[in-house]
Amino acid sequence: MTTVLFYIFALLVACSAIGVAVSRNIVRTAVCLFFTLTGVAGLYFLLNAEFLAAVQLVVYAGGTLILIVFGVMLTNRLPSAGWDVKPWEKTVALGIGAVLASALVASILSLPPRAQPDESGAYPVLELGAALLGDYLLPFELVSVVLLVVMIGAAYLAKGRRRNREAQP
Amino acid sequence: MPTTGTFFQDLLLGPEPAAWAVLLFRVAVIAVAFVTLVSLVAMLCIWGERKVAGHIQARLGPHRVGPFGLLQSVADGLKLLLKEDICPQQADSLLFRLAPYIAFAPVFAAMLAIPFGPNLTFEPRLSVGVFWILAILAIEVMGVILAGWSSNNKWSLYGAMREACQMVSYEIPLGLSIIVGVMAGGTLNLVELGHLQGGGIHTWLVFANPFAMLAFGVYFVASLASNKRAPFDLPESESELVAGFHTEYSGIRFSFFFFAEYAAVFVVAAIQTALFLGGWHDPFGLIGFYTARFIEASNTSGLIWVNVIACAIFLAKVTTIILVVMWIRWTLPRARIDQVLYVCVKVLLPLACVLLLGAALWQLFVADQPGVPWFDYQPWSWAGWAGARAGLITRLILAAIGVSLIGALMIWIGYAVISGRRRILRLTDPEPIV
Repeated sequence: MTTVLFYIFALLVACSAIGVAVSRNIVRTAVCLFFTLTGVAGLYFLLNAEFLAAVQLVVYAGGTLILIVFGVMLTNRLPSAGWDVKPWEKTVALGIGAVLASALVASILSLPPRAQPDESGAYPVLELGAALLGDYLLPFELVSVVLLVVMIGAAYLAKGRRRNREAQP
Repeated sequence: MPTTGTFFQDLLLGPEPAAWAVLLFRVAVIAVAFVTLVSLVAMLCIWGERKVAGHIQARLGPHRVGPFGLLQSVADGLKLLLKEDICPQQADSLLFRLAPYIAFAPVFAAMLAIPFGPNLTFEPRLSVGVFWILAILAIEVMGVILAGWSSNNKWSLYGAMREACQMVSYEIPLGLSIIVGVMAGGTLNLVELGHLQGGGIHTWLVFANPFAMLAFGVYFVASLASNKRAPFDLPESESELVAGFHTEYSGIRFSFFFFAEYAAVFVVAAIQTALFLGGWHDPFGLIGFYTARFIEASNTSGLIWVNVIACAIFLAKVTTIILVVMWIRWTLPRARIDQVLYVCVKVLLPLACVLLLGAALWQLFVADQPGVPWFDYQPWSWAGWAGARAGLITRLILAAIGVSLIGALMIWIGYAVISGRRRILRLTDPEPIV
């Protein structure tokens, strides 16, 4: 049962990941990425990492990807517009891809065959919360400070640009 | 604590079922119960919406097809099934055809965690219940955005963009207000949250502390917006955008969007019920009391009856919330997009942050530990309460406020019904014109 579901989700992730790479239409790429992220969330579910799966859905599939699509829709007017790929770009991309693929294959081969779900029956969310606000409180808070800095920077940039534009005419 | 999660599964399949039997049972539940539930909910909601609109705006709702026009939704469904399925020539046909399913499937998946009764949850062990529903509903936007984009129509695209910015911004107050409720309960699992509220109306989490009561209101407004219900229904505002993101859709694909919308309204109202309004419990704590007694005595038929009644109570509460949602839709005018975002960013978001902080401080300094576990609760005695006095008094005062508000609402509705009936009598029996 779990094995069958694993292969279904793995197939979904793999096929849509290939779609992300192959598709020439940028919105279709985003849709393929959506299925990849959802499939990864399914894999997390099979590993009993329910919290991680829900976070994957809400942050990546429901948040980041929506923003990406939002940006694409604002910037890309023509649905059929593709990219012009020059030959030297192709060689560079192939080279980088080959290096990354070999690194991935090497690391996968050195791992145990498949991650096993944690069957200990523990209540993962409670432990996770206790760990985040207990042992790992300092990193947790530091990450949130970094996010705050990013947010303030983005607001400053957006506002500054608008002020410049108002000053110009 | 007695584990009661898979009671019906155990009842049907025995204590140690084979893997294929469990699989078959679950697939059957999904195929039979969920499909029926989602389509029934959507059909009844559409019918109810028309009747409510008819009563509120003094127009005639459906009244010819069947008693009270009950078969109107069936007739509409048949019509939509038989209509031609049109895909515009310039549209991205693959995404255009895919979008309704992406909008519809998440709502379906959200049904997994909704607790209809003490033993009537599909997946009671889901430890992140509330968060799961929130996460899966966040995906629904993707379908709407794709529908708007792939239609290749500027009105659809405007609708989709409004939906995107509205959804992404209202997620935050929605999530924060849910966290306030979850903090008062101490768990994310919806079944456990339901059991926590088993001891009468004053144990419902909306009355747990003043912040939870305000969070209840914030959640309600934010859920209206994230479900694109009026007054926040800008993604499909007819007067500006033809029909918004589903302008180009016809036939059964169009109806998928409607099913998704009404099922999402149901799911959101169900979270509100399960998290704040005591879930499947009645105000006197009788359901929790009898559930505990029957589990102790392993009284199977009693447990089944308790579950049926609990399910009815749960659905009654959800229906009440949905009726209020409809009432708001037919009463308030539509807001502008800048007003919608103002409400989110400058009103609800700061309010939700303050509520979160306040609820955290309350949990640290004032809160009582949940007094008596639900299975030891006596509905008619105060003696077993072990928590802090301040918490109990606050709960009782807030419960009194809530009950009086509900009473006032009922009196108001009663008055409206009576005066409305008087007007209908006048309309149907007019004075002769001289």
